[in-house]
Amino acid sequence: MKSWEEIERNPKFVELVQARKSLGWTLSIITLIVYFGFILLIAFDPKLLGAKIGSGVMTLGMPVGLIVIIVTFLLVGIYVRKANATYDELTRQIVEESK
Amino acid sequence: MSRLKAIAPAAALAALATPALADAISGPAAKQAINIPAIAMFVAFVLLTLGITYWAAKQTKSAAQFYSAGGGITGFQNGLAIAGDYMSAASFLGISGLVYTSGYDGLIYSVGFLVGWPIVTFLIAEPLRNLGKFTFADVASFRFGQAPIRVLAACGTLVVVAFYLIAQMVGAGKLIQLLFGLDYWIAVVIVGFLMIIYVTFGGMVATTWVQIIKAILLLAGASFMALMVLVKFGFSLDSLFKASIAIHPKKEAIMAPGGLVSNPISAVSLGLALMFGTAGLPHILMRFFTVADAKAARKSVFYATGFIGYFYILTFIIGFGAIALVATNPDYLTDAAKGLSAIRGGSNMAAIHLSDAVGGHLFLGFISAVAFATILAVVSGLTLSGASAVSHDLYATVIKGGKANEQDEIRVSKITTVVLGIIAIGLGIKFENSNVAFMVGLAFAIAASCNFPVLLMSLMWKGMTTKGAVIGGFLGLISAALGVVFSPAVWEAVLGNAKGSAPFPYSNPALFSMTIAFVGIWIFSKLDNSARAKLDREGFDPQFVRSQTGIGASGASAH
Repeated sequence: MKSWEEIERNPKFVELVQARKSLGWTLSIITLIVYFGFILLIAFDPKLLGAKIGSGVMTLGMPVGLIVIIVTFLLVGIYVRKANATYDELTRQIVEESK
Repeated sequence: MSRLKAIAPAAALAALATPALADAISGPAAKQAINIPAIAMFVAFVLLTLGITYWAAKQTKSAAQFYSAGGGITGFQNGLAIAGDYMSAASFLGISGLVYTSGYDGLIYSVGFLVGWPIVTFLIAEPLRNLGKFTFADVASFRFGQAPIRVLAACGTLVVVAFYLIAQMVGAGKLIQLLFGLDYWIAVVIVGFLMIIYVTFGGMVATTWVQIIKAILLLAGASFMALMVLVKFGFSLDSLFKASIAIHPKKEAIMAPGGLVSNPISAVSLGLALMFGTAGLPHILMRFFTVADAKAARKSVFYATGFIGYFYILTFIIGFGAIALVATNPDYLTDAAKGLSAIRGGSNMAAIHLSDAVGGHLFLGFISAVAFATILAVVSGLTLSGASAVSHDLYATVIKGGKANEQDEIRVSKITTVVLGIIAIGLGIKFENSNVAFMVGLAFAIAASCNFPVLLMSLMWKGMTTKGAVIGGFLGLISAALGVVFSPAVWEAVLGNAKGSAPFPYSNPALFSMTIAFVGIWIFSKLDNSARAKLDREGFDPQFVRSQTGIGASGASAH
């Protein structure tokens, strides 16, 4: 069983940490921008979301809210796809090499 | 017996005699006559779930099974169970009720509840799983002094669970009151007892299976309701909205934000609470430990996000459907002249009345039963995480120094469940007239101000020390709890103080209390030069390696 210092120096460990960090934070920042964009619109310019689109009573806020929900779902999808493709194999190798 | 309207004249008179209570959030406590088909459906379903609990109880042997179903749930099943946790009374009854009273603003809650997910998934779920056993305290206490962190974690968990329980108790109490024509307090007591039986005998296997079955039924039921609403309006959202605007006293304002979040600070504060509260919810975090491997855990989050997002879109349609179809029908109102605000049982019951309006008695019974099972299951999951905070964190680790035997630990957990059940009954009665989604927003604010900052900082920041975590965490917890108690919704509406007397003017404290927590953790960690602090900082690297790879952890991946 190798010590944590040795594991920390394993290039595969560095790769795993990097991959996780860049994917996790990139997607988190996109989520934060999308969500707080929505919240700040509600906070400071609710009239814009209440603006009518089309000929009926539909307002801009309705599709915007729907889009935030769909984007959230897609971001999780991207994450799961990428993470399931790379993380576990790397982790398995690191664990193997640490024995 | 024709519909719910078949009320006894006496009950109708009693209802009319209490018009003072009939504002938009709270309905008068109208007792109903008994609706036989609805009750038959209802009882059948509750018995079914109790049967599942009994079956599951026979399979529960070890503590690992009691808390986390032994890690033997598949990704898809777990995704449904997570979605089940989310489709609580707060989302189904509460959000549709908020849409019913305020229109667009209900969507803020939907979106906010949902977006916490990605953040949990991207940043917290994996390290948590690699490190943890049953509660987030296991994670936070990896490198910190065990006792103080676990005391903090247990306090944070219990306060969050208590507030979250209030919402569920109110939802279930109103439902039982409406369906069976009982007094509200009797309804709440019944719910409390069922909940205690449920958790003490079943544990996590039972709640997981009830969540899965219920999630499927609720998705199907809500889909049918939304579909029927759309059918009635020729699949034109525009005509649904037009009809709603014509009926609603707020007119076109229901199509834009503004009713609930009247100032920017409240809006941002609510936004923060909803997003980051998810990451601090003990009963949600526990679900990452009920599957066998990381791949399955990730997949379950993906499925859950899809189900939850879809469900929230449905609740929005259901809320507008209720404006158009329930508020126009005197059968569902205590006083037809008052219109929308006089809905029987209060706005929390908008979706329940709509089920009768679009599907008749049997469907009403079905939806009521599903909503009730929903609440029972969510309440059980919550109580279970509260109970494990006490049995696992306080009793086994702090009091017994890690040497408690499993049987004692389970026994403490069951005693805690009973105590929590009794507290929940008391609070449920006190908070009778609160909107349930709003109450959950407050529970989220507390989770976002105590559990979340400590969890995030312990995973990300090497410089955090035991002292910093405990002081910062408690500052966040106390400021959030005070902010909630002194907010207009609790101080004035629940505790009955004069209007305008609330010491804290905003509807949600998260913006302030989260800042206090993070700044507190930072300052008190920086100032900490003790020997303990040195150990805390040195512990970060080994913790980091384990959180990334799971090497050395005996937790989720082992059983």
